[in-house]
Amino acid sequence: MSDIAVKTKDVTPQVSGAARAPDALEARLEALSLPRGGFTAAARRDALSRLRDMGLPGPRDEYWRYTDPRPFNAPLPQPVPLVTDAGPALFDDLDRLKLVFVDGVFDAAASDDAELEGVQIETLAAVDEATGDHWAASLYGVLETAGQVPVRRPFAALNTAAARDGVLIRVTGRPSKPVHVIHRRASADADALWHHVVRVEEGAELTLLETGMSGARSNGVIEVDLAKGARLHHITAKRAADQKLGLSHLFARVAAEAQLKSFALSVNGRLMRQEGVIDIAGDDAVAHIAAAVLGDGDEGPFHQDDTVFITHGAERCESRQVFKKVLKNGAEGVFQGKILVKQGAQKTDGYQISQALLLDERSQFLAKPELEIYADDVKCSHGSTTGALDETALFYLRSRGVPKARAIVFLVLSFLADALEEVEDEGLRERIHERLEAWLTDRAQG
Amino acid sequence: MLKIDNLHVKLEEEDKQILKGLSLEVPAGQVHAIMGPNGSGKSTLSYVLSGRDGYEVTEGAASLDGQDLLEMEPEERASAGLFLAFQYPVEIPGVGNMTFLRTAMNAQRKARGEEELSSGEFLKLVRAKAAELHISPDMLKRPVNVGFSGGEKKRNEILQMAMLAPRMCIMDETDSGLDVDAMRLVADGVNALRAPDRSFLVITHYQRLLNHIQPDVVHIMAEGRIVKTGGPELALQVEKEGYGDLLAEAG
Repeated sequence: MSDIAVKTKDVTPQVSGAARAPDALEARLEALSLPRGGFTAAARRDALSRLRDMGLPGPRDEYWRYTDPRPFNAPLPQPVPLVTDAGPALFDDLDRLKLVFVDGVFDAAASDDAELEGVQIETLAAVDEATGDHWAASLYGVLETAGQVPVRRPFAALNTAAARDGVLIRVTGRPSKPVHVIHRRASADADALWHHVVRVEEGAELTLLETGMSGARSNGVIEVDLAKGARLHHITAKRAADQKLGLSHLFARVAAEAQLKSFALSVNGRLMRQEGVIDIAGDDAVAHIAAAVLGDGDEGPFHQDDTVFITHGAERCESRQVFKKVLKNGAEGVFQGKILVKQGAQKTDGYQISQALLLDERSQFLAKPELEIYADDVKCSHGSTTGALDETALFYLRSRGVPKARAIVFLVLSFLADALEEVEDEGLRERIHERLEAWLTDRAQG
Repeated sequence: MLKIDNLHVKLEEEDKQILKGLSLEVPAGQVHAIMGPNGSGKSTLSYVLSGRDGYEVTEGAASLDGQDLLEMEPEERASAGLFLAFQYPVEIPGVGNMTFLRTAMNAQRKARGEEELSSGEFLKLVRAKAAELHISPDMLKRPVNVGFSGGEKKRNEILQMAMLAPRMCIMDETDSGLDVDAMRLVADGVNALRAPDRSFLVITHYQRLLNHIQPDVVHIMAEGRIVKTGGPELALQVEKEGYGDLLAEAG
């Protein structure tokens, strides 16, 4: 666990300060049409003013040291051709309630009726124009705002100000099946911004699946509020065909005895950043956040960044961060993970591991694990490793007749196993494992 | 079946000669034992025969049924009928024992141009073989060797051997770390596999395994060569007198 391999990379500022210039931000905003909003109107105005205060991230921004923000700063995304033959999606044959978003906008015709016992589902654009009170008004932009301290996250504020659509889910019971948000693309140059709000009431439970990507560039925010004893399983999967340029933020507030389990699978793409900001606010709560990433630089540059900030503000809580990245052909992986244990958060059990499997010498993994602890009776550990394939294991498999390429698939799956273990539902876990195995095997043979 | 002729091998990384002209022939149906002190090159021999990276053959030849082993990839050697039971079987978390075994079997069958086993056929076979080796269904379901005791790992090796049905089995210090009961189970498994068209090369440090797996021929290895060859009585002599006298006598 103490084996910390931190590689640093020199980032030479190229357009020094340019992105911070107010006109860069204004140009960015100009290219968007900002909805006025109904129940979100105040939150949107507030977000816009906060964004103008903080500006877009520049090359000197500490929090963007390892990932170039410029493609996200640019007013318009580079067009990305649509992929027509993406193959079957991960949860296609699963019994679930399907909600389809096309370039970030809800497509009612392609979706199931939002009728499911124990859960109330609405879409942001549909209800936002209606003025007056809405349960989501107390959360929209609120958790995002709270998550701006101590680290600024300008793109999340931008999202709150500009998001066109999203899903609003209020869970009051234990629905019989998962809710599945599917993102699709319809235009080669869309700039997609979506914003979900999920509130799980006391003792209620939901599995939320989210697959695909939208737009040539996407910016997604999900705000999650878990009441006492509530549970949310959040599983996202992005496949090679979906993913190009994307940024997402998960903001979660976890009350006493509640459990958040988040798992993300990312397969290829170009430039992705996923931020997780989790506030463990009640005693005996649990928050797990995990990711399995496969990056191949063969089809163009690959850069994937997981940035996590977990705050322990209550007693006897458990947090786990498990991040595994398999990188080849010059792919770059980044992990910035922090555990902050506040004063009084006694008996905290915090665990963080980030590991990269580099399949060649050109790929690299940059890790910044951090612990900041103000309580004296806690158990926290963090570790980060970067390694190559285990030659002994490879030989063992081959000595049984398994061809080399297939043996490597086995070892890659073995490496990712700890992250996949974080998917609590065995059926879903096996489904992800099988698809990953099929995909890897397919590529190994091709 | 297995023919090794004047084999010279050095480590790739350092200029260190390990095998210095080793010659050996194991005919079909026989069990040969190789005994020798630490550092005599026993494990290197097993790795070189099965194709592990890191060794360079500088001279000599090794063949299985007339096929040049040294030219083949490890998986090709396996398909050709070679099997190495590891001294330290490797743990592979996240990969199911059965998935691994079925993939290996079918890869070998495919390489030999044979029909692949259906999952039904495979299951039936693996359950029967596992039962013979006292391997529980639970062990079959678990990831490869993960959480297995020393004895369970070795039994798992024998299970793989039984399933893959190789013609030439090399067993590298299979007895290390086993108590008497575990050793008997392993030996029973091996004995059950003895057949006129299958040969064994049993590498061991101690004679005790050879009480359970009766060899036809015993070779004494030292300094990268076979220095003495004899019958089972040679193993008993080692047990009684140690390697000292034998090696001195061999010069």
